[in-house]
Amino acid sequence: MHGTRILDEADRLMTVCNSCRYCEGLCAVFPAMEMRRAFSDGDLNYLANLCHSCGACYVDCQFSPPHEFNVNVPKTLAVARAESYAAYAWPQALSGAFARNGLVISVIAALSMAAFILGFAALNDSGVLFGVHTGPGAFYRLMPHNVMAALFSAAFLYAILALAMSVRAFWRDIGAPIGGRADGGSIFQAIRDAGELRYLHGGGVGCYNEDDRPSDRRKLYHHLTFYGFLLCFAATSVATLYHYLLGREAPYPWWDLPVVLGSLGGIGLIVGPIGLFAARMRRDPALLDEFSYGMDVGFIAMLFLTGLTGMLLLVLRETAAMGPLLALHLGAVFALFITMPYGKFVHGIYRFAALVRYAQERRTAA
Amino acid sequence: MSSKYDVLVIGGGNAALCAAISARRGGASVLVLEGAPKFYRGGNTRHTRNMRCAHDAATEILTGPYTEDEFWEDLLRVTGGQTDEVLARHMIRESKDILNWIVEQGVRWQPSLGGTLSLGRTNSFFLGGGRAMLNALYLTAERLGVDVEYDAEVTDLVIEDGMFLAARLKRPIKGETEIRATSLVAAAGGFEANIEWLKQYWGEAADNFLIRGTPYNRGSILKMLLDKGVQEVGDPTQCHAVAIDARAPKFDGGIITRHDSVVFGIVVNKHAQRFYDEGEDIWPKRYAIWGRLVAAQPDQIAYIIFDSTVVTSFMPTLFPPIAGQTIAELAGKLELDPVALEKTISEFNAAVLSGTFDHTILDDCRTEGITPPKTHWARKIETPPYLAYPVRPGITFTYLGTRVNKEARMLMKDGKPSANMFAAGEIMAGNVLGKGYAAGMGMTIGSVFGRIAGREAAKHARN
Repeated sequence: MHGTRILDEADRLMTVCNSCRYCEGLCAVFPAMEMRRAFSDGDLNYLANLCHSCGACYVDCQFSPPHEFNVNVPKTLAVARAESYAAYAWPQALSGAFARNGLVISVIAALSMAAFILGFAALNDSGVLFGVHTGPGAFYRLMPHNVMAALFSAAFLYAILALAMSVRAFWRDIGAPIGGRADGGSIFQAIRDAGELRYLHGGGVGCYNEDDRPSDRRKLYHHLTFYGFLLCFAATSVATLYHYLLGREAPYPWWDLPVVLGSLGGIGLIVGPIGLFAARMRRDPALLDEFSYGMDVGFIAMLFLTGLTGMLLLVLRETAAMGPLLALHLGAVFALFITMPYGKFVHGIYRFAALVRYAQERRTAA
Repeated sequence: MSSKYDVLVIGGGNAALCAAISARRGGASVLVLEGAPKFYRGGNTRHTRNMRCAHDAATEILTGPYTEDEFWEDLLRVTGGQTDEVLARHMIRESKDILNWIVEQGVRWQPSLGGTLSLGRTNSFFLGGGRAMLNALYLTAERLGVDVEYDAEVTDLVIEDGMFLAARLKRPIKGETEIRATSLVAAAGGFEANIEWLKQYWGEAADNFLIRGTPYNRGSILKMLLDKGVQEVGDPTQCHAVAIDARAPKFDGGIITRHDSVVFGIVVNKHAQRFYDEGEDIWPKRYAIWGRLVAAQPDQIAYIIFDSTVVTSFMPTLFPPIAGQTIAELAGKLELDPVALEKTISEFNAAVLSGTFDHTILDDCRTEGITPPKTHWARKIETPPYLAYPVRPGITFTYLGTRVNKEARMLMKDGKPSANMFAAGEIMAGNVLGKGYAAGMGMTIGSVFGRIAGREAAKHARN
């Protein structure tokens, strides 16, 4: 028996699957399962986070419902995955944030954006807030750069700390039996597997979403979202370097690197989340963890909001709307940062760790 | 849906879909009638995982060549010569091209699965298993414009002088109807799920059989064809039967209820007596004999008994072994006579000679002085906990079928080929397989003769 009902069910399924093994060519979950005959809580959380929810094993399974063996691996692992996020959250006192995640994310996002608007309004004359500012340092007439940098660095560092502590707990739980630190080769392999979403492809045909016709749409939208996010992050990083190393202050002209990166990323962060949201709404309920709706949509909405406010700010930065839009954008980004360890963002972190572990296991077994 | 088709395919498995696709590609309008609901479509194909095809060189997923001659020799060996050489050689020749043709229909291959290394050279495995293969074939058929109806129970066939005219159909909602077609492809499988029919040959024992596939493999189409003048082929008492876990469901437990632990222990019947040499031969052969052996035991039940030292020597099982700290405790849980079981095991242990255990070869671990002997892999059962799997006969498929020629055209009782009736898959497997089995051959028969049947049926419809 395991700690939770869903882990008991995951254990039951892995026992069924381990005596069948037809799906071993579909993804990493089943080969990892085959390396075990019994499953600890950590093993099951590992397998749950290794699963990319492509749905192929459900469509291909001769024992999926309505068969009496009732084998539904994608759904069971989706629930187990969501529960593992709470189980490994740091500090544990905040794990409850996952229970009503949609509400938590919405409230924090709303408060954060409201705080920036109020802050801007309280600390600036309305002439400044609604004024037209251009040229280097335009943004910092509304919020001094050092304050902005300090605030966001603090939020970001906290998120990094909380995520690091969480993934440490996860890593210990899943890594201990075979043990050892992650080696460079395994990490490189995991970066490749995550970067191309190698296991979100149904064994080659694409993933399943609304019916039994595979497609690559979810993969495409995830790529747009993920690489959009990375580009935006790169834009911010480059801008920070410009500021401190070159003494060049934002806003930058449209052709300059931070703006190019941010624009491309922003488009990804708008189009990608829309596509993922549409796919989420159309997804076959049989494959879904219905309790994760708030968490899934909350995270998608946060990314979309970040992309949208960023793009609006870029387009309208030389108008009177710049002040309010800057407040909204900063509010969205701040909320995104501080909720990172307590929302769907963590799926990427745990999945990456699981992929490292899988690469490691493959090397050990080879 | 139009009321008249060029080709009507009855059945919904590998053979039926290969026939439908091949007929459609041949320019025919095609209707597939599957008697099962959509989820259970495909008969035994649902539970398959590979196909045996001849090939002259290694491929991406096959480790080495498997020539037509070698395939033929294997077939000859497993059937003990009970095969139609012309048909069988034709099938083997055609199987070479199937490796590529089936991929063109959307099916994907993968290397042999974990635990099946012995098949890595001869058998191509379906990525995702048999249901994945079916899904691919159905998608392709639908894309090509083949009509498919589920829950479509054919209640009668109108056949005059070996000529198919129409099929009567009972639909769950729309009621009875008649469907006419220029050609018929019968690919509706055997009768393994029809317990009443099995009882004709097995008597009441058939009540204790478990059926490995869906309850829809009732052989109703086979029966209609034989009743209407089609020549039968194959031994009606023959069926492919393996020992599966007695706790498995009555139907559709598939492959995961199988047990491959016989060689690691002993097998006793309900009187706690051994009844056959558990170490006679290595896997796939011994795999396929234990169903019939258990079927011959009282109440059609037996128990594989082993000890804790061998638990990890075979694949993990769906149902956990039943355990006891003593032989008596185990016997109690199995509802066997503890004294008898203790006696059987102590006699067995006393008869074990020492040797070097190696389950991959016919090793020298054997017994002396007991009947039946265990001629290989005999080791004492002495380390608690003592463990057991209860097993019953699991019926995979039957061999009785319709006789066909190289065009997959059915032959009538007078030996004349039917004008427009073709058969493919398990319903005609008895032409090639008089008895015995080698892994993956059922799918070869289905794909090869399905493709031929569809092609010929379309050709007939066009003329």
